[in-house]
This record gives sequence, C-alpha cells and structure tokens, in this order.
Amino acid sequence: MTRSLTLSAAAAFVLLALGALVLPDWAMFLFAMALAKGLVCLGIVGMMRGGLVSFGQGLYYCLGAYTATLVANTFGVSDIFLLTVLSTGVCLAVGLAFGPLLASYRGIFFAMLSLALSMVLYGSLSKMSFIGGTDGLNIAAPTFLGWAPEGRALQTALYLYVAVMVVIAGTLMRIYFDSEQGLIALAARDNELRVEYLGASVRNVNTYSYVFGAVLGGIGGTIAVLALGHVDPEFAFWTTSGEFVFVAILAGYLSVPSVFVAAIILEMVRSFSNLYFPNTWQLALGIFLLIVIVVLPDGLGSLVRRRKGDAT
Amino acid sequence: MDLVATILVDGLIYAGWLFIVSVGLTLVFGVLNILNIAHGSLYAIGAYASATLVGIYFANGGDAIPWGSYAALILAAVLVALVVGPILERGLLRFFYGRDEVLNVLVTYAVFLILEDVMKLIWGVNPYFVYEPYTLLGDVEIGPLFYVGYDFAVIAAAIIVGLGVWLTLNRTRMGKVVLAVIHDSEMSQTMGVNVPRIYLGAFMAGTFLAALGGALTAPMISVTPGLGVNVIIVAFAVVIIGGLGSVPGAAIGALMVGISRAASVHLLPEAELFIIYFVMAVVLMFRPEGLFAKTQARKI
Amino acid sequence: MTTKTKIGGAFAALTLAAGLATPAAAQDDTFKIGVITFLSGQAAESFGVPALNGGKVLIDMLNQGGQLPAPYTQKGFGGMTIEVVEVDEAGGATKQVQEFRNLVQREEVDAVVGYVSSGNCLAIAPVADELKAFTILYDCGTPRVFETGSFDYVFRTAAHATMDNVSLARYLKARDFPVESFAGLNQDYAWGQDSWADFKGSMAQIYPDAEEKTALFPKFGAGQYGTEISALLRERASLVHSSNWGGDLQGFLLQATARGLHERSQLVLAAGDHVIPQLQDKMPDGIFLGARGVNGLAAKARGGELAELTDTLWNAYEAEYEAFPVQAPFRMWQALLGLKTAVEKAMAENGGKKPNDEELAAAMEGLAWDAPSGRIEMALAGGHQAIQPNAIGTTKWNEAEGRMELVDVEYFAARCVNPPEGTTSQEWLAAGFPGAQCD
Repeated sequence: MTRSLTLSAAAAFVLLALGALVLPDWAMFLFAMALAKGLVCLGIVGMMRGGLVSFGQGLYYCLGAYTATLVANTFGVSDIFLLTVLSTGVCLAVGLAFGPLLASYRGIFFAMLSLALSMVLYGSLSKMSFIGGTDGLNIAAPTFLGWAPEGRALQTALYLYVAVMVVIAGTLMRIYFDSEQGLIALAARDNELRVEYLGASVRNVNTYSYVFGAVLGGIGGTIAVLALGHVDPEFAFWTTSGEFVFVAILAGYLSVPSVFVAAIILEMVRSFSNLYFPNTWQLALGIFLLIVIVVLPDGLGSLVRRRKGDAT
Repeated sequence: MDLVATILVDGLIYAGWLFIVSVGLTLVFGVLNILNIAHGSLYAIGAYASATLVGIYFANGGDAIPWGSYAALILAAVLVALVVGPILERGLLRFFYGRDEVLNVLVTYAVFLILEDVMKLIWGVNPYFVYEPYTLLGDVEIGPLFYVGYDFAVIAAAIIVGLGVWLTLNRTRMGKVVLAVIHDSEMSQTMGVNVPRIYLGAFMAGTFLAALGGALTAPMISVTPGLGVNVIIVAFAVVIIGGLGSVPGAAIGALMVGISRAASVHLLPEAELFIIYFVMAVVLMFRPEGLFAKTQARKI
Repeated sequence: MTTKTKIGGAFAALTLAAGLATPAAAQDDTFKIGVITFLSGQAAESFGVPALNGGKVLIDMLNQGGQLPAPYTQKGFGGMTIEVVEVDEAGGATKQVQEFRNLVQREEVDAVVGYVSSGNCLAIAPVADELKAFTILYDCGTPRVFETGSFDYVFRTAAHATMDNVSLARYLKARDFPVESFAGLNQDYAWGQDSWADFKGSMAQIYPDAEEKTALFPKFGAGQYGTEISALLRERASLVHSSNWGGDLQGFLLQATARGLHERSQLVLAAGDHVIPQLQDKMPDGIFLGARGVNGLAAKARGGELAELTDTLWNAYEAEYEAFPVQAPFRMWQALLGLKTAVEKAMAENGGKKPNDEELAAAMEGLAWDAPSGRIEMALAGGHQAIQPNAIGTTKWNEAEGRMELVDVEYFAARCVNPPEGTTSQEWLAAGFPGAQCD
C-alpha cells in the first residue's frame, strides 16, 4: 500500500515534470493555473467524501492570495516558500475558527453558509479602497530561495513548484482518505446517523475535512496569485467558488489525480471556447457541463474505479 | 418619525419585489427539491418578454388604452411559463430528480450559463425599455416625498401572489395533492397521484413567478444582459432565511431583508452591502434550517 | 498504481493536444490585433459592443484605404491589412490574464488593444511587460495603472478618470452654478468609489464652502434605487453626483425622474452621454453630463479642424448601426488611429518592415495624433499615458427634430483638467491643481 502510493506519487511527479519540457508557454501557464485551482478543488473533494459541498471555497482561495500579496507588498517578501507558509497559516487559523461552526450544517445549508462567508469577504475587500477595492492589487514575480528567474525559466519554476505541491497534497490527502477518519467520512456520506450510533463523531471528521480544505485553498490561492501577478475580490465571488465545485463534481470523489485532470480539462475547454465562440462561450461551457453531468454522474474518477471493480 | 415612515415604505416596496422573485424559487425547491440557479435567468427572460410584448402593444395602437399594457406584462410571464417551463422541466430537469441536491444546483448553473447566451442571441445586447406602465399610475405623496404609484402596485401584486399561492396550496384539492407530493412523493405516487404532472405544474408555476418578477421590474429599469445574476443571490438569501420550501417563510424573509436594507441605506449606507448576509447569518445561527423549515424525519 | 497510469494517459493526451494546437504564424502583409472588450454582461451594451462596432467601421475603412482624410489616407496600417481576433472581456481578471497569454503566445497577435475594466488593466499591464507584448489599454479609467507602476510595452491612449470629475467641478464654476451642498450615488466598486473621491476632492478646491451630504453606493447592477432615491430626496442637496453607467444609470434616471429628484437637485453625471441614444426624451433636460473626453455629441458640436474626420466616422457608424456613436467608439477610434500612427512611424524608421514590439513601443512613446475626440498626447508616465481635452454640456431635447442636443458646452484643454507629468492625481487634487493650464 505505502510502497505503491510512493511509486504512484513518484510517477505522477515525473509525468507532470515532463510537461515542463513539452508544453508551449501558454499551455504551461494554463496548466499551472489549473493545477493551483485543482488544489482548491481537492479540498472540496475531501469534504465531498463526507457528503458536504462547500460553495464558498473562494474564501480561502482569496484569503491566501490576498495574504501573499499584502505580505509581499508590505514587507518586500518575495520568496515563494515563505509566502506559501504564511498564507497557509492564515487560512489554517481562519479554517479552525469557522470549521467547528460550519460542521453542524449539512447539505444545501452548509453550501449556502460557506457561500455567504466568502461573499462577506468579497464585500469587505470591495469596500477597502486602500488596498485597491474591486480593482485589486498586483504582486511581483516570486523568487525561489533567492533565485529570481524571468521569462520561460520563471514559468517553468512556478509550474514545477505547483507540480510538487500537487503531488505532496495529493499523496497526503490519499493517506487521509484511507485513514480511519477518512473512512468514517465516507460512511457518514451514506448514513450519518448510523456512524454516530457506532460511536464516531461525524462533526469532528467534517471539521477536519473543512480545515484541510481551508489549507489547500490557501496554497492554491497563493500559487495562483503568484502566477497571475494580480488578485482582486473576484477570487471570493460565488462564480469562482461555483467553478471549483464544478471541477470537484467533474472529478468525482473517488480518485485524487482525476481532480487535477478535471481542472485542466475545464481550463482548456474554457480557453478554446472563449477564443472560438467569443459571443457564446458561456453557452458552450454550459453545454459541456451538462454533458459531463449526464455522462459521468460520479465524475472522471468513476471511469477508472469502475474498471477496477473496486468500491472505494 | 418621518424617517421611520420612509424606511418602512421603502422597505415594504423592496420587500414586495423580493417576495415575488423568491417565492417561485422556494416553491420549486419545495416540490422538486432543486435549488434553481437559473431562476435569475427566468427572471431576466420575463423582463425581456414583457419589454417585447409591451413594445408590440404600444406599436399597435396601445396608446388608446394604455392600461392594457399591464395585461401585456402578465401575459408575458404566462408565455414564458408555458414555453420555457416545459422545455426545462421535461427536457432536462426530470432526468435529475432524486439526485444529489448539490449536483442539481450545478445542473441549473449550466442552464443559467446557457440561458445567458440564448437571451443574447434572441434579444441582442441593446437595452429594452417599457417605461409607459411605470408612470401610468401617477405619483403618491407621502410626507415630504414623492413615490411612484407603480411601486405600490408592486406591493399589491406581491400580496396577491402570496395569498394566491398560499390559498392554492392549502385550500384547494390540487394544492393538497401538491403538499402530499412535497411530503412524500413515493407514497403519493402509490396513492395514484400523477407525480410527474405535479412536478411539471410546480416548475411552470415557479417559472411564471420568476418571469412575473422580471416582467413587473422591466418598466422601472433598462432591460440589459446580465440582469439575472444579481437577482439569484438575494433571492437565495431570502429563501434560506425563511426556510427552503416555505411560502410564509419567503414572505417573512423578504420583509426582514427589505426593511433592514432600507434602514441601512438611510442610517448607515456603508453597511448596506453586508446587511443581507448579516440577517442570514443571525437567522441561521438560531434556526440552522431557516425560520419556517419543515422538520424532517431522519432515516436510519 | 493503475489509477495513476490511466489518468496519466489522459494527461499525456491532453499535453499532446495542447502542443499540437498552435496556429500558423502571422504573415507580413497583415497586421493582427487582438481586441478585448465586453461582449457579454452589463458593460457589453454601454461600452464593449459600441466600441467593437466603432472599431469594425474604422478597420473596414482603413482596409479599403483612402476613405479617411489626411493623415489617415494610407491603406490599413502602413499598407498592411488589419486582421482582428475578438475576445470577450467578461469573466474577471484571472480569465483575462490567461486569455492575454493565449493571444500573445498562441495566436501570436502583433498588438493587443483592449480592456474597459480597470481591474483588468491593472492585471494585464505587468503580464504584457513580462511577455514583451505591445499593448494598448483603450478605455479603462483608473489612474493607478501608471501611478503605481511603470511599463515599457503598455500604453493607455485615453485620459484617466480624474479628468471627468475635475471637469464637472470646473463646469459648475464656469456656469456660476450655486452649490450649497452635494450628495452622491455611485456604483459600489472601484470606479464609483474613485469617481466620488475625485469629485469630492475637486469640489473641496473649487467650492470650499459646499457641504458634503450623503454618499450612497448601491451594489453594481442593483437595478432598484427606490430606497436610495428616498434618501436623496430627503437630503435636498443642491447637487447629486453620479458616475453610474449603462443599465445602472438608465435605471437610476428612470426612477429618479419619475419621483422628481431632478427637480429638487441638479443631477451631474460624470460619464452620462452614452445612455442618450437609449433614453432619448426620457433623459430629462438640464442635466450636466460628460462623456469622458470630447466624445459623442460634444465632438459633433465642436466642429473645427477635426470636423471632417469626425463626420466621416460618425456618418459611417450611424449608417451601419442606426444610432449615433457615443463615448466608447470614440475611444476605440483614438486607440486605433494612435496605433496606426505608431506603426507607420516605426515603419518609416526601420525601412518599411513590419515593426516588432520594441519598435512599436519606441514609436508610441510620447506620440501625439489627431482623433475625432481631439488631439491625443501621450504626455504622462514617461510618454505612456495619454491626456486629451474634455467637454461638459447640458442636455436639451430638441422636440422639432426628435433628438437630444448638448447645449452650453464648455470645452476644457487637456492640460487644464489633467495633472502634469510627475504628479499623481490625488496629490494634484489635494494641492489645488498646481500647474493647470486653463485658457
């Protein structure tokens, strides 16, 4: 088990790293963004395993991005590792504050309450004209332990950084999913009451999943803002969160790598439909969404799992 | 004193509008168990349809009897319900009954995206205006302020809609069948209720109410693309505050949001943006499923 | 393990697909520009689509050649045919940065002309510099783009928004309008907040005794202004300022005039001209409004040396789209004519080859050219930010001809309402407009 997990993690990294060699510039950027967003979506998938779907993951995506930007602009910090650690810490703290509160809500109420939280952040940031209001802020390109690359080297470094993060986060989440707590979450998805009667605390498990989601959201937001160079309150808007949920549904809760594949697919579909149907790209995206939901109700992950005949 | 009266009047006008746009949402959720993001698009389609119909009405000699434009507004909402309702429900939503709530939210999100562009293909990006019905009812002077008579017509429409929906559900045979389906659709089916037909009817009613909201709003705004986006979030908040699926809940939710928003604009304009979430958070803190949520049996 | 390899296969296929989808490089006899503006959402109707339509009219005329008066007689850009790739600006800054990279790296456009939203402009500028891609910001208003950053490849061919509100205050003074107090209703996002701050700052200098009353910021796209109008009616301020645009402005005007707000307070609109074609006689008489430059009706009323250029484009636009051009097409025209001037200047210097991004940027820096909206000078931010003249007028419905006119128009020289080089707009306002050259 552990050995095969290590092997697959290594294989995933090699595969991702190969991308740095073959991808053209624009695609490398697109992949880096997709993987960063994929990290946020991985957090939602973690909650989905327990039957909860957060429609407000933009909260942590935005919080992470703003923390990194404000720290970078105020204290002149540009090191990507330090920025990631700091903004993840802030998201962890906020996640710990809200997690226990939200853990007692279920279904559509959990979704809507988490959405309301992220909309409050959106509203507050929009009002703060001293940090740019709705126009947002720019952030300079990151450095890597003192190394300050430019051009293609910068893109490659960012891409590899997000690839490493993806592999680490993916492996850790897999371990969590297969742990006792992770399996309790999966059981609670089927029937919460039964799990409670068996003596496990669904509330605690939901809190853990929520906090992990917050941390992953913060990492994703930090990397996204460093790649984009710009953050604005739109990061916390409900449509942003809706997109994360879409990726999570497209991926399904069964497999970790499928989250990132789903994120890349969505970015590609959006990019090309925007170019080829500039007037009807929303129509194209909507139809794509419907097709996915109809054809793959359990997500991409179910394709692989079904063939393996394995139920987890 | 005069300020309190102003806040109440402004709050009631806004609440009336809020109630019309959110009652359809809560009805559809109650019966079909689908939280319809495309509700905002149906609202926008209603606005476009009424702008078009009223425009046609006045282009064909409607000036002689301008009151007829109110009939055109309502007819527009009926047409939207008859055309768009069945297409969406029979053509798409019925395949998703009984599925995960959140998945259904995404299905309607896709519908929302599609309808945004479809509206653009049909009506273009240029704005439509139908201000005639807005000024037809004259002014009303309350204290130092003038209000437009139409604003009070919207309140009246909200009361009629609310009573109509409530009476239909609670005082007619058909309404009781709908309540039975809401309570347990499987059991109703075995008792001989034509559940698919109830679903279709409820969705068409919800579509009518969304479109009516848009049709009644059209005279006071310019009907442009992107109209529906802003409606969705406020309607959601009202419905969540009142309890999903509850008609009286939507009324109370609309009143709470309407009056607190008016108070905020007059007294503390900086807080206006947050007031709706604030009310929602406070209500959910004490009533996690909203004010009028029905208690559900837990299945072990 | 199998999971990983299966998904890995899908991943590899995607990679391959991405690698294959590269277009043929642009040719030397065409000049390919990416045009990004709103094709959906609220800004489509007011700014995006009129600007794109105006751009199409101009590009068609240029591609035919000889349709415009001198100095714009040469075909296309320096003889090259202009080719356009359209992109929708809706969807937020994240999406726009991605699309910008795609335009430059995948579509290999020769220049990018775009962006109405200030947030998008701020986000795009550093990326354009990173990719060394020649970019014209044609519309967005925030002064922050060049006041908080400097970019080698980015140019803004329209004046920033400070001008709009300084001009309003100067107009009030020029017309001797008595102001005891003023209130505001602006959209709750950076544009509305900044406009109100600029207006407040200008009033503090020009009308130091006027009292500032309530400042309302309804949500963007709110649609319903009943409560806000009640609050404004109660305030009885001499002035109500609004920088609202599009549907938000139309809705506000319809509801405010139905309740007599315009009779109780003078309405002043920073960017109001563009709703005239839609509102027609529903726009009340006697409103003071600007067009973010000498655009639309103010340009038509100006006449003078630029009348031939203005009328040629005006008539072509009106013939094609059955509405007169408002501010958005004028800003697109000044951007494209500036680009044409820069391309031709660069070609004169490099011996007639198609200019690369560096040559274009060198040619554009500090450039000045004539557009229907007046003389555009790249005078600020080291030659990267334009200044242009402005005009404010009063609405008056011409019953006989069934069209809106702008009367009592005051024209302001570019250096009268724009800060001088080296001063940020906020400093300039706070210091009482030092160095302003008004004649």
